[in-house]
Amino acid sequence: MNWLQKIMTPRARTQSTTTAGKGKVPEGVWEKCGGCGAVLYRPELERNLMVCPKCGHHHPMGARERLLSLLDEGSTQELWASLEPTDPLKFRDSKKYRDRIVAAQKKTGEKDALLVVNGRLKGRPLVAAAFEFSYMGGSMGSVVGEKFTRAAERALADRSALVCFSATGGARMQEALFSLMQMAKTSAALARMRDAGVPYVSVMTNPTTGGVSASLAMLGDINIGEPKALIGFAGPRVIEQTVRETLPEGFQRSEFLLEHGAIDLIVDRREMRDKLAELFGLLMKAPRAA
Amino acid sequence: MNPNFLDFEQPIAELEAKVEELRHASYGQAFNIDEEVARLREKLKIKTAEIFRNLNSWQITQLSRHPARPYTLDYVGVICEEFQELAGDRAYADDAAIVGGLGRISGRPVMIIGHQKGRDTKTKVRRNFGMPRPEGYRKALRLMKMAERFGLPLLTFIDTPGAYPGVGAEERGQSEAIARNLLEMADLKTPIVCTVIGEGGSGGALAIGVGDRVNMLQYSTYSVISPEGCASILWKSQDKARDAAEALGMTAPRLHELGLVDKVIREPLGGAHRNPRSMAIRLKAVLMNQLDELGAIAEPELLKQRYQRLRSYGAYQE
Repeated sequence: MNWLQKIMTPRARTQSTTTAGKGKVPEGVWEKCGGCGAVLYRPELERNLMVCPKCGHHHPMGARERLLSLLDEGSTQELWASLEPTDPLKFRDSKKYRDRIVAAQKKTGEKDALLVVNGRLKGRPLVAAAFEFSYMGGSMGSVVGEKFTRAAERALADRSALVCFSATGGARMQEALFSLMQMAKTSAALARMRDAGVPYVSVMTNPTTGGVSASLAMLGDINIGEPKALIGFAGPRVIEQTVRETLPEGFQRSEFLLEHGAIDLIVDRREMRDKLAELFGLLMKAPRAA
Repeated sequence: MNPNFLDFEQPIAELEAKVEELRHASYGQAFNIDEEVARLREKLKIKTAEIFRNLNSWQITQLSRHPARPYTLDYVGVICEEFQELAGDRAYADDAAIVGGLGRISGRPVMIIGHQKGRDTKTKVRRNFGMPRPEGYRKALRLMKMAERFGLPLLTFIDTPGAYPGVGAEERGQSEAIARNLLEMADLKTPIVCTVIGEGGSGGALAIGVGDRVNMLQYSTYSVISPEGCASILWKSQDKARDAAEALGMTAPRLHELGLVDKVIREPLGGAHRNPRSMAIRLKAVLMNQLDELGAIAEPELLKQRYQRLRSYGAYQE
């Protein structure tokens, strides 16, 4: 035990080991910035939406915190919280899928990797979804696909806007072809929204790859990237193995996608709420006074 | 070892070689060995049936990639009286890993889109081993929209290891190209029949695979990831590809059982490559039937049913 842990309360000590995640600095409420290496006070980092106040590096953010911080205070209501995965194939690799589900649920406190809420954004009704990356890499299986589809259908029925924050490695292998079909299912729901002219904004956060990027994430009326987020179809390792060369610096990052025309804009997380409210305000006619 | 046969097909290769040898030897000879040839042929049939009765998922995976397996243009050549290939995405390039064009089947004009692999080294490279780039998917989309405009039903043939994971493909928006097709196919106002004829490799396959009917040939596969890829990620070892193939449940009968595929089309004894023509004729009959069925459904109802089908995919509890 080092000097810092010694002066900490036992509670802070245990918290540090469970919540520090990828911080690599186990010393309690301190977190090392993944961008500039500065040591940051975690509560302050959280207040700053997990963005480093020194260099602006965007640290991973949990789905629940993200949605709560986005919507008007007290307006959010979680939807379809009871949806849970099953194991249709009795899938077993080095571990059983069932055991992986239990472990992921315990780790995150979420039933699966997508959270959906409705609420208000600066007074405007909104359906909002967010991927929980720490739940099996934010992978899309049947529950994620079903919840996203319901979110789109709800937005369509209410004619309220839809926003989705993705953070995912892609389809969930343990649900095999069921997972793949979620790409078709979610895209079909978005087709209906498109036909009805109800806006959908996709926000891609670090990372957004594979089957999710090749379906719901790239289909926004407006596609937004968070700064320096990795966004792509194939992961960089797979591409490196294919082309047998090292990839250029910044390849598949938001800035690269913006330059190549795949996304509309890059938005700093601290300005996300204002920017989304502005965009929906421009896309949607104000409700007509009766 | 005959390189045109898979390892578990070797007994077939040996028997076939014997038949050929005998026929050769008998040529111009006085004595008659027809009986012996007939006997061997019968033995060949029995042996083939025996081997193919109990194939495991890994063997079926190999069959779906068999070097002699018929590809899209092989089927088109048999099932269409006319076919005019159409090229290009009108924005960047023509991708030879996807072919498409106007065809006529039993007098009926249709739009056909399919993945295309090459046979020899040169054409394999030109076709990029059947791995499309974004321009391939965008060409496909252009042809789909054309089918919609001219009221042509759309037939797609799926046979790809996956969308190409390369630098240029990423730069030109591989994800968006695939995603766009999923959305547009869900909404395309014309009947769509999709058939997996070989490898159904993940998103790269699905990008031309959304429709009103999804068929699989008996020894084709359809999966969210290749068994090799799955093994290296989940087992951390490529050697576990056999186990992964089993776990992924990627064969036609299994997927039919799970309700993800509508119809399994039986292959000739020994697989489609043993008799491509008879496979094509069988495929044509199924497609014509399905086009008749779908043609009788009014457009709004067709789109509603398509949505409901897509909507129903998934296994979860509340």
